[in-house]
Amino acid sequence: MERIDPRARSDAYGNRINRSHSTFLATVVPWGSILLASILPLFPIASALPLLPPLGFLMLLGWRLVRPGLLPVWAGIPLGLFDDLFSGQPFGFAILTWSLALIGIEILEGRLPWRAFWQDWFTAGIVVSVYLIVGWLLSGATPNIHSLIALVPQLVLSILLFPILSRIVARLDRFRLHRWRTI
Amino acid sequence: MAPTGQRRSGYSRRAQYNLFTGYIVAGIGALIGAVLLVLSFFQPQLFGGLRGAAADGVSPATETSATVRTGSKSIWDSISGYYRAGSKNAELKREMEIARIRLAEAQAVEQENLRLKALLGLREEDIEPVAVTRLVGSTASSTRRFAYVGAGSDQGVEVGMPIRSPRGVVGRVLETGSDSARILLLTDTESVLPVRRASDEVVAFAEGRGDGLLRIRLINLGINPLEKGDLFVTSGAGGYYRPGAAVAILVEKTDDGGLARMVSDPAATDFVSIDPIFEPEAALAVETPTETELSD
Repeated sequence: MERIDPRARSDAYGNRINRSHSTFLATVVPWGSILLASILPLFPIASALPLLPPLGFLMLLGWRLVRPGLLPVWAGIPLGLFDDLFSGQPFGFAILTWSLALIGIEILEGRLPWRAFWQDWFTAGIVVSVYLIVGWLLSGATPNIHSLIALVPQLVLSILLFPILSRIVARLDRFRLHRWRTI
Repeated sequence: MAPTGQRRSGYSRRAQYNLFTGYIVAGIGALIGAVLLVLSFFQPQLFGGLRGAAADGVSPATETSATVRTGSKSIWDSISGYYRAGSKNAELKREMEIARIRLAEAQAVEQENLRLKALLGLREEDIEPVAVTRLVGSTASSTRRFAYVGAGSDQGVEVGMPIRSPRGVVGRVLETGSDSARILLLTDTESVLPVRRASDEVVAFAEGRGDGLLRIRLINLGINPLEKGDLFVTSGAGGYYRPGAAVAILVEKTDDGGLARMVSDPAATDFVSIDPIFEPEAALAVETPTETELSD
């Protein structure tokens, strides 16, 4: 069989004989990657402007849009709680907005069940724009026009980053479902 | 990608209930988030302990990355220095820059001394910093400008203490964890700092604009005496900051003051010292929220 088709006994996730998925990885990878992405903006110092995209939120959108049905609707509560600890926004901001975003996407998906990547990107772009502008309004500081202008580079970066992040999510999903050797 | 069939529960009661509960929980979660958000608007310090613990938790990682960042930056500095005119060039330039700031600060101190001598024998001793540490991270994706330093209440850091780099003022401590502290950078829109021009007695407030610049608002309105390139130093009013530390350089003149760039850009800062509060009694006396204290 192997001589005719070398990939006969395997699929995208590896060889099928004597191997199986790891339950641990399958559950932990999506949640873990979002938590990690929430912490990441702490590391590089770029303090004059808010420049880094909200990576945690983008990762959440990535998992939600690239792999629908994987994250439950209520995932915004625990993940947002964690993001609130590090994001610098007032506490509760991410819990509220992440939950609303997930509910909103759920409603949207009911109306547009079949989508191409372009539509996903469009959705993510709109959701991220709204998220950043609401974040500017509800940051606890007095919103002024200058900080709104300072938001533009971050917004553009966030929208441009989404395709890359969704590729990363797809890679992580392959890793999540990789077959490991079992005896 | 096409959605899975999970949304359609079919005739299974269990699946229907699961789906329904998911929506209910998500809705309740959004409500809880809204309540927490409102709470933290009125009591910003309420969740400080939680945030402090979280920052402590990641501080080993952030400190390592700060070390690596500083290291790689200095390597890059010497490479670029060699590329131009030998690795010393970069170092000399940095020294020169600091020397220029120091000179302006010295002028400010001279001015200050003249004034103080007019008063009684007021004397200031050198201040011993509470801690010298690294700027380990910042909230780079939020509109608010916060940063984290690698020293906390275990090292004696308290809320309100000013943070200085070798170049000038960076900000002040907002919340303390046991091993890390959250600081409010000068560029945050909630930060207001009383300053004066280094060369004379023109006093003003330096307010953050949220886009990396500071807005200098003169206290005495009238003819705007400021000029591009003026250096502003702390005036010591309010009691938090020691007078005479470099804050910002004017880059643009406006009607009621000007726009200034921070002397000590946090992005170029590695080590900072946390000083004790300059006049704790004075700071306590004016302990009203900054917004109400300084609004006109």
